Amino acid sequence: MKHKYTLLIYTENHIGLLNRISIIFTRHKVNIESLNTSPSMGENIHSFVITIITSRDKAEHLRKLIEKQVEVLKAFIYEENQVIAMGVALFKISTSSIGANNILEQLIRSSSARIIAVEPEFIVVEKTGTQDDIKNFLDSLSGFDVREFIQSGRVVVTRPMGKLTDYLRQMSEMEEKD
Amino acid sequence: METIKSGISGAEAVTLALIEEGVDTVFGYPGGSNLPIYDSFFTHKDKINHILVRHEQGAVHAAEGYAAAAKKPGVCMVTSGPGATNLLTGIADAQLDSVPVVCITGQVNVSQLGYDAFQETDVVGFSMPVTKWNYQITRASEIAETIAKAFFIARSGRPGPVLIDITKNAQNEIIENFEYRKCTGIRSYHPKLKPQEDALNEAVMLLNNAKRPFMVLGHGVLLSGCKSEVKTLAEKLNMPVACTLLGLSSIESSHPLFAGMVGLHGNLAANKMTNECDVLLAVGMRFADRVTGNVQKYAPQAKVIHIEIDPSEINKVIAAAVPIVSDAKSALKKILPLTRSSSHASWIEKMNAYKKQESETVFSRDLDKNSKILRMGRVVKAVSDMMPEGTVIVTDVGQNQMASARYFDYKKNDFLVTSGGLGTMGFALPASIGASSIKKDGAVVCVMGDGGFQMTMEELGAVMQYKLPVKMVLLNNNFLGMIRQLQELYYSSRYYFGEMANPDFVKIVEAYGINAKKITSQEDLEPAVKEMFDTPGPYFLEVQVEKSENIYPVIPAGAGVDELLLSPEN
Repeated sequence: MKHKYTLLIYTENHIGLLNRISIIFTRHKVNIESLNTSPSMGENIHSFVITIITSRDKAEHLRKLIEKQVEVLKAFIYEENQVIAMGVALFKISTSSIGANNILEQLIRSSSARIIAVEPEFIVVEKTGTQDDIKNFLDSLSGFDVREFIQSGRVVVTRPMGKLTDYLRQMSEMEEKD
Repeated sequence: METIKSGISGAEAVTLALIEEGVDTVFGYPGGSNLPIYDSFFTHKDKINHILVRHEQGAVHAAEGYAAAAKKPGVCMVTSGPGATNLLTGIADAQLDSVPVVCITGQVNVSQLGYDAFQETDVVGFSMPVTKWNYQITRASEIAETIAKAFFIARSGRPGPVLIDITKNAQNEIIENFEYRKCTGIRSYHPKLKPQEDALNEAVMLLNNAKRPFMVLGHGVLLSGCKSEVKTLAEKLNMPVACTLLGLSSIESSHPLFAGMVGLHGNLAANKMTNECDVLLAVGMRFADRVTGNVQKYAPQAKVIHIEIDPSEINKVIAAAVPIVSDAKSALKKILPLTRSSSHASWIEKMNAYKKQESETVFSRDLDKNSKILRMGRVVKAVSDMMPEGTVIVTDVGQNQMASARYFDYKKNDFLVTSGGLGTMGFALPASIGASSIKKDGAVVCVMGDGGFQMTMEELGAVMQYKLPVKMVLLNNNFLGMIRQLQELYYSSRYYFGEMANPDFVKIVEAYGINAKKITSQEDLEPAVKEMFDTPGPYFLEVQVEKSENIYPVIPAGAGVDELLLSPEN
């Protein structure tokens, strides 16, 4: 049974690590639905947020293989109900398609989107929300001339209250010294 | 330990770092992008012995053989481009078999990276899936820390290959202050976890209450150096013991509790008992598909205790009732004092009955001295009977490997070096070079088939140049024997491209100035093997063996381990 899983991976900031992580998915023929990488809390700690659709066993195996990489501090796996997720999307809309009435403006307001740039030929609208919110907003723009649409990888915070530093401390306590 | 030097080149820093890590031998091949390092090797030739292989693949396999024999990382040094691409097979081999190898590749100048310069390839990119870790050094100041890290990663935890790519400008740059400190830890890397108390207690409870306990030993036993713990535990519990291919020599073959090798061409007792035991203690092994046969039919009745250093191996193939993520030695040391002595006499009797059955049906055929046919098992047994104790046995891949695994009599200090996970034909000769470079007493036996030998036979050049005392045994059946066997069993004997027109191997070997002999009959076998061991230095013995021999027992495709066939008749 396949489900959506989110891998939250804390790493060192190291050239090539993205490749090391992504080839694990390639080898298992699991498609990455969404990927985001950014600096995280703590000294030189980076995070990857990767969304995949696969089975629980495979997801857990992938998590272990990722954690096995030398520069990976810790990798966690979450089901959809364990994360609060958001993404951002930008829409470039041709001004000529907007017309004189304020339908678009109403739509933007009612969807909690906002205009972030106005140019003679186009405007840029930003919408933050879940992937479904963004999809719905895109659908609602069908009457307008949307010239470009781009969506970020999703970022998540997790419902469990654990802190990375606690896990790292636990790990070093578990370590056996020669 | 800490070394401080000033005003040295990056290349010199590489050499000093290797010396600091205790490297005494490097297997390599010079090229345009690593010449500064070779120039520095020249300065330090009293400390670092360099062995010139004839192809870079040979350098990694030699480093693997060295690592197994020396119990420390093997080192190879090659140039950029084709030098680097030629390493790949060997690196993948080391990765699958957990062999600590440090590969150093030269690289073009940093300014030329990504511009298709002469002999530039993205070695860091393409070696990523097959290395435990890799890194590209583009400034001399990174050399000390990176090399220290590389050795630490290669040998710690579950060992494996690492690769360091060093651009030529970094080799030529002058370092103001070179400081070398060995790496003792990395924040994001926890190679060795303490065995968990709860799991240890559960394991002890299962072992103490077991009626039919059974232990399977993998490569991890040899890597963690716990042969004596394993033996003590087996004897205390009177627990039969089997080995995986890479675990062979973890316990001497003559031990009364030794049930043999598990897996595809393993022994009857070892495979049957896997599916009859009530507690299966798996130590330092990964339930490879060649071990388990059909996973659904693998030991369904047993409670599995899995001691394994790599967390990603736990529950990967076989669900463990008690997983213990730990170095094998640490876990066994804790388990030992908590276990109770027991006897399991009828269980051991059962093992002996299986051993007798295999001996009467399979050994009697394979080892028959009166047969007109010269079989591989018979040759291996003759070599085994005459080899000195403490021999390193190196095999290639295929029927020669299975015959070696089955019929070498592993005494207390012998050990087997073979290509398990990747099954790399051509592994044996270069790996023997690595092992013999430190085993100067001549106790390295290299068993090959005619197919595998021809994949890396250029390495006879290294054997010749360094007078390495490798005893080469070529089991020649003018066939890719395992392919022939598979085509016979699964493809209605439609033999296709398994047969080989071979050259006169003795002439080839003699052209290298190495003593060589070919025999074709039973009665010549013992005298020829004696001559091989009596002749100082390298020796090549070609034995013309039966063409249509099949390796039995065999677990048919899709069958469980207890469904193995002893002969074509059943």
